[in-house]
Amino acid sequence: MINPIDPVVTTTLITPPPGADAKAATTAAPKMSARGLDFYYDKFHALKNVSLDIAERKVTALIGPSGCGKSTLLRIFNRIYSIYPKLEAKGQVLLDGDNILDPKYPLNRLRSKVGMVFQKPVPFPMSIYDNVAYAIRHYEKLSKADMDARVEEALRQGALWDEVKSKLNGSALGLSGGQQQRLCIARAVALKPEVILLDEPTSALDPIATGKIEQLVEELKERYTIAIVTHNMQQASRVSDYTAFMYLGELIEFGDTTTIFENPTKKMTEDYITGRYG
Amino acid sequence: MSEHIVKSFDDELSQLNAAIARMGESAQTQFAATLTALRMRDVEAAARVIRDDIDIDALERDIEARAIRVLALRQPIARDLREVISTLHVVVELERICDFSANICKRVIALGTHSPEQWLVEIGELGELAKKQLADVVTAFGERNKEKAITVWACDEQVDDTYTGISRRLIDYMKADPQHVAIGTHLMFIAKNVERIGDHVTNIAESIYYLVTGSVLDAPRPKGDKTSLDQVEASA
Repeated sequence: MINPIDPVVTTTLITPPPGADAKAATTAAPKMSARGLDFYYDKFHALKNVSLDIAERKVTALIGPSGCGKSTLLRIFNRIYSIYPKLEAKGQVLLDGDNILDPKYPLNRLRSKVGMVFQKPVPFPMSIYDNVAYAIRHYEKLSKADMDARVEEALRQGALWDEVKSKLNGSALGLSGGQQQRLCIARAVALKPEVILLDEPTSALDPIATGKIEQLVEELKERYTIAIVTHNMQQASRVSDYTAFMYLGELIEFGDTTTIFENPTKKMTEDYITGRYG
Repeated sequence: MSEHIVKSFDDELSQLNAAIARMGESAQTQFAATLTALRMRDVEAAARVIRDDIDIDALERDIEARAIRVLALRQPIARDLREVISTLHVVVELERICDFSANICKRVIALGTHSPEQWLVEIGELGELAKKQLADVVTAFGERNKEKAITVWACDEQVDDTYTGISRRLIDYMKADPQHVAIGTHLMFIAKNVERIGDHVTNIAESIYYLVTGSVLDAPRPKGDKTSLDQVEASA
């Protein structure tokens, strides 16, 4: 079980330096905002003064070559890095105006508000039903009928209900890769989060399963704020409203997805998205 | 721009570029030959332009097929996407320019030796203006030069104004003697076709601007052809 009190997080709660906000990539209605964010893997400086907004009920794609810090940024958004030693975040990440990097911000509260789905589907070795019910039980005591309803609702939102409703007690490990990933999304939405973080959610899936996840993302953004890390440029352009391009720990360019893919401002962004360097 | 990591993508784009450059040269050759045939009343040269238009159509289809293949197989974005989209636009404009050349040549054949010298000189001057515009826009496209494209775009008004003058004088010429109507009508269409070539050159200039900047040239288009606004006088 994850320790809700997090000893390794250190944050600067002081006001960001003058001018730090001037570079901030802002949107109209931010649900989350990174402000002057730095991150260190021990001595390695992985994120450098990153400031950007994640707009509410929109999809924000984080793109960039391997090692650019996009997954690191995603992992700071739910403080998952804090389970590892020697990792340190400085700056602020605001969720509805509260700094989630503040050690006083309860990790349980954060995890219930910010759900995460990983590159490789990781179903628990238990039934499909229990995969979804597991986390709900951690936070809420529900009657059998209420739990059944919640599990069904989550599986419907995960676009999986029709495929699994007759085998809810079967092992989740028997599902295909694409179904397992949708189960993980269902598991994340079962907690009724406000933000969903997707870390390369389709990189292990075939095009049909990928299409289903992308369709699902489009449906989910009506209720949730979504940030997605992807190596697939076409996926970023298909599913996202905003795109952030990162390189060597820095936010190079942020803008609405149409602009980034039709006419980016920075040469570095253009070179990357058009496949001119890796 | 720097090269793509996948070299064959660069190869395909440069082949596309080479093909559109050939098309640009062909359009200039066809139009220059048309102006000469008109000026010299050379029906054989005019017939050659009409015959060669078939090759231009084949070149257009080849370029379109290449561009569609790049779109389908490479899914270009940003500048690469604009390169392919602009190519698809420009190739159509060049093909239309060649069609106008062929149309003019059909009328050169119809006129035979009956074209009055005065009109051949006047329309020839209009043709030279349009020819320079075409050469400049082909250069601007080859160089991906936004400034040159804007200059061409702004100069279309001069072509239009020259055409408007010719058109009005041709009407007077036809009014003066009903015997002039058949020749005058052919000459009017020829002048109009030259003016239309100028419009297609302007379209190409707009494509170049889009290719280079990513935005649309949205200033009011220079419009000098005012003949469609001329009121018809009552003949009685």
